[in-house]
Amino acid sequence: MLLIPCPWCGRREETEFANGGEAHIARPADPAALSQEEWAAYVFLRDNPKGWMRERWFHAHGCRRWFNLVRHTVTHEIAAAYPPGAPPPPLPGEAA
Amino acid sequence: MQRFSFFQLALNALDRHRSWPAFWRAAAPRESYDTVIVGAGGHGLATAYYLAKNHGITDVAVLEKGWLGGGNTGRNTTIIRSNYLWDESAHLYEHALKLWEGLSTELNLNVMLSQRGVLNLAHNLHDVREGVRRVQANRLNGIDAEWLSPEQVKEFCPIIDIDARRRHPVLGATLQRRGGVARHDAVAWGYARAADARGVDIVQNCEVTGIDVENGRITGLQTTRGAIRARRVGLVAAGHSSVLAGMAGFRLPVQSHPLQALVSEPIKPILDCVVMSNAVHVYVSQSDKGELVMGAGIDAFNSYAQRGSFHVIEHQMGALLELFPIFSRLRMMRTWGGIVDVCPDASPIIGRTPVDGLFINCGWGTGGFKATPGSGWVFAHTIATGEPHPLNAPFRLDRFTSGALIDEHGAAAVAH
Repeated sequence: MLLIPCPWCGRREETEFANGGEAHIARPADPAALSQEEWAAYVFLRDNPKGWMRERWFHAHGCRRWFNLVRHTVTHEIAAAYPPGAPPPPLPGEAA
Repeated sequence: MQRFSFFQLALNALDRHRSWPAFWRAAAPRESYDTVIVGAGGHGLATAYYLAKNHGITDVAVLEKGWLGGGNTGRNTTIIRSNYLWDESAHLYEHALKLWEGLSTELNLNVMLSQRGVLNLAHNLHDVREGVRRVQANRLNGIDAEWLSPEQVKEFCPIIDIDARRRHPVLGATLQRRGGVARHDAVAWGYARAADARGVDIVQNCEVTGIDVENGRITGLQTTRGAIRARRVGLVAAGHSSVLAGMAGFRLPVQSHPLQALVSEPIKPILDCVVMSNAVHVYVSQSDKGELVMGAGIDAFNSYAQRGSFHVIEHQMGALLELFPIFSRLRMMRTWGGIVDVCPDASPIIGRTPVDGLFINCGWGTGGFKATPGSGWVFAHTIATGEPHPLNAPFRLDRFTSGALIDEHGAAAVAH
């Protein structure tokens, strides 16, 4: 069970949250200009790293706000939580 | 290969079974192979076996980073069925089920296939409509399928609670009588033994650390046991497929999640079929040792940790008791997790990759075990001929670009 630090509510149990997958996926600025391959990449391709990952969570049974988490996919360690719109922090071990 | 028989059993009893040969050689990797399969789970070993048997390709190595069959092959809940809605899936899984039916003879090893029947319960009007539709679709595809009323469900599985006042009443069920369970380890061991007998090298404790690509074509692999040159490589690495694809320089539309399962303490025979339920979400059967074997859905977050969160198990137990109040005082013995690679359309990817000579078989998600023989069969064909078998042609990687998805989410008789 993860103990997730919501930026607004503090540490809460995982059961209060819903996972939203990889963070920082930007909607294409000009969707009409996209090729088939670019659409497929936007819709279906997501990073699936073995290691640190920036991902979205939704505090469904709490403040009902979205935020981002830096979490390790092997140790499940959580390094940072930050509000949406904030610049992505460097991953642990990565130069700032 | 020493063939197993009643005579051999009697003969080996004379020295108290001390002289049985090893199932496969402990092969050290050679410098070069025609074909290398990455991943010695059921699918990888089946691929190697059918490469040798169906296509005469025996210059093959199967590399395994851990021990043979120690990944999802040894962690699943062993359910076998082919009652998928869409034609593409139905044909593929039915081909696998037909191979299952002759597999013990084929491999000369008892895989303990038990065709005890698989029930998929319906708890609401939508479930009923979906189930009846799927039964008809299965029949059109020549797959055995029946629709049972609640009373017939009770007759088939007497311990189930069909009280209409329950929160999730049983309104009916689909039944595939040819479905059932098999001994998962035996499948891996059987394919390994039979492939080894045909000259395939099975190399354990050999992790792939790099994939060598020159001018868009595969040339070999870097491993923890040295470099291996290969003309063709097949990746069958389940949860680690994305990691391997990254080494070869392309991305996959799969996400790795933990899938948990658990067993209870052993009890006397009480459940002689497989029961699956979408709405309350549990699937359960009883093993030959008497344990209830149960599983449910994935943990929602990405993970490579082979463990999940406790609340998923708790939810699963709630679902079990909803269906079978009789199990309320049953104690659970063990839980474990495996890493499953889930595709956006909950169907596998079997075919070519952007790298020439490199093939991939992944994305089986939560339901790959049942497909083991069929998956190996069509993947061996794909590697040997360079072109997909008609059965796996729809399961190509570029379906995510073309839009020709095979959307089994919710259609495949289990909510993923």
